[in-house]
Amino acid sequence: MEPRRPAREAVRRRRVRPRGYSAVSLARQGGRSQPSWKRAWRHHELRPSYDVVIIGGGLHGLATAYYLASRHGITNVAVLEKDYLGGGGSGRNTAIARSNYLTPEGVEFYDRSVKLYERLSAELNFNIMFSQRGHLTLAHSDASLRTMRWRAEVNKIKGVDSSVIGPDDIKALAPALDTSGEPRYPILGALYHPPGGIIRHDAVVWGYARAADLHGVHLHQQTEVTGIEIDRNRVTGVQTSRGRISAPIVVNCTAGWSSIINAMAGVRAPVVTSPLQAAVSEPVKPFLDPVVVSGTLHVYVSQTPRGELVFGASVDPFTQYSVRGSLDFIEGLATHVLELMPGLSKMRVLRQWAGLCDMTPDYSPIMGVTDVQGFLLDIGWGTYGFKAGPVSGEQIARLIAEGSTPDLIKPFGLERFADGTLVGEKGAASVGH
Amino acid sequence: MLDCPFCGPRNVGEFAHLGEVVARPDPRTATPAQWRDYLYVRDNVAGVVRERWLHRAGCRKFFDAVRDTTDNTVHETVALTAGEGAGS
Repeated sequence: MEPRRPAREAVRRRRVRPRGYSAVSLARQGGRSQPSWKRAWRHHELRPSYDVVIIGGGLHGLATAYYLASRHGITNVAVLEKDYLGGGGSGRNTAIARSNYLTPEGVEFYDRSVKLYERLSAELNFNIMFSQRGHLTLAHSDASLRTMRWRAEVNKIKGVDSSVIGPDDIKALAPALDTSGEPRYPILGALYHPPGGIIRHDAVVWGYARAADLHGVHLHQQTEVTGIEIDRNRVTGVQTSRGRISAPIVVNCTAGWSSIINAMAGVRAPVVTSPLQAAVSEPVKPFLDPVVVSGTLHVYVSQTPRGELVFGASVDPFTQYSVRGSLDFIEGLATHVLELMPGLSKMRVLRQWAGLCDMTPDYSPIMGVTDVQGFLLDIGWGTYGFKAGPVSGEQIARLIAEGSTPDLIKPFGLERFADGTLVGEKGAASVGH
Repeated sequence: MLDCPFCGPRNVGEFAHLGEVVARPDPRTATPAQWRDYLYVRDNVAGVVRERWLHRAGCRKFFDAVRDTTDNTVHETVALTAGEGAGS
């Protein structure tokens, strides 16, 4: 694939730092009945052509656009979103960032993302509220404890802070947990990962959108891609609900809807779409510091800065394109949460929702080139896409600018399913086992 | 509710979803790419799909369902004839 970076003389690789929201402006606007905030991103008419078209205006699409513009000077970019920015998985996830994965390739990849998240508020000048409060993955059996030890050692070799701790240390970190021998599946230990934490997911979407817009990227909402034009196995453009665009590079960043877009390009990938449900409780006083995950109990929970508990579990047991919650999910979740923290029985659930996850056979993403020239994939994000937003955007932008797949994402190519080199991360990526 | 061809309408929690019905190539002659496609690649349409289910907590028989994945409308459930289930 040819690199897209403009001629050296033409590149002014200036990184524009968006203006912050000062305390003075907050006070002034807060006192007005009709606040006059400037739009964070502009509305544009569709150009007849762009250098790069990114399909999907969520975290991954916006991050890719931002890094293309800020790191590589490629600004003639369109992000096409059929609904509103961040309305898909980006707005429906449980907002956790961590890098305590199992495989060396996975750990290195997600660790890069955590490091990017650590600097992101400063870079985007937008508070993404990354609270690195620690992450506990509980082990309720000997086999589970051995896996935690395996993950901890791989993490350490890759320079990531993870260790195995016992019930007493767990109790000190999260007093609300029942660490006695009473429960049916007692807590025997945990993988403790201090750099893990929670982020305000909407803020990341808006921060990237605002910064991308400032660099000249066109963000097109309510613009649905209806077809992809291929000529002699090469992408030449896309058809949208607002008109046709010619473009030599098209990136699929549509996660749960990725198969629909792939079909337009004649590409097939090993993904199936299932909903992942989540729920949030009423806000209460802060009592839970770390993020707590239990694979055995199929549940994970964290407490937001507003005091609400955010719960997640495993994907729905069959594929569908619906984003509604179900009663049996919330019943099952409540049972397992109370196993972990019996003191929550009086807590009320505020709402439940779901997002669409494109699940792959090995619970690792699919990134890189396809057999169709110029058609790139950033899909297969299943239940683990939010934490990887920054690194995915950074690496896909590099792939486009330099014309070759960066080493960090080489293990996640589409060809691995034919080669047999799957990157198995089911245990570390999800609680569905 | 899913209408098992053998047991009648039962709660969907009794069933295991096995995915799209995909033709199994002959393992003796399939290329790695064909085998990969059979194992992993699916159409994953937002629409009507023919898929296999197992009545795990009931009669433990396999059957096919024709379902719309956008709203979970099941158009029909089909008992499999001899030779159809084996190897697919």
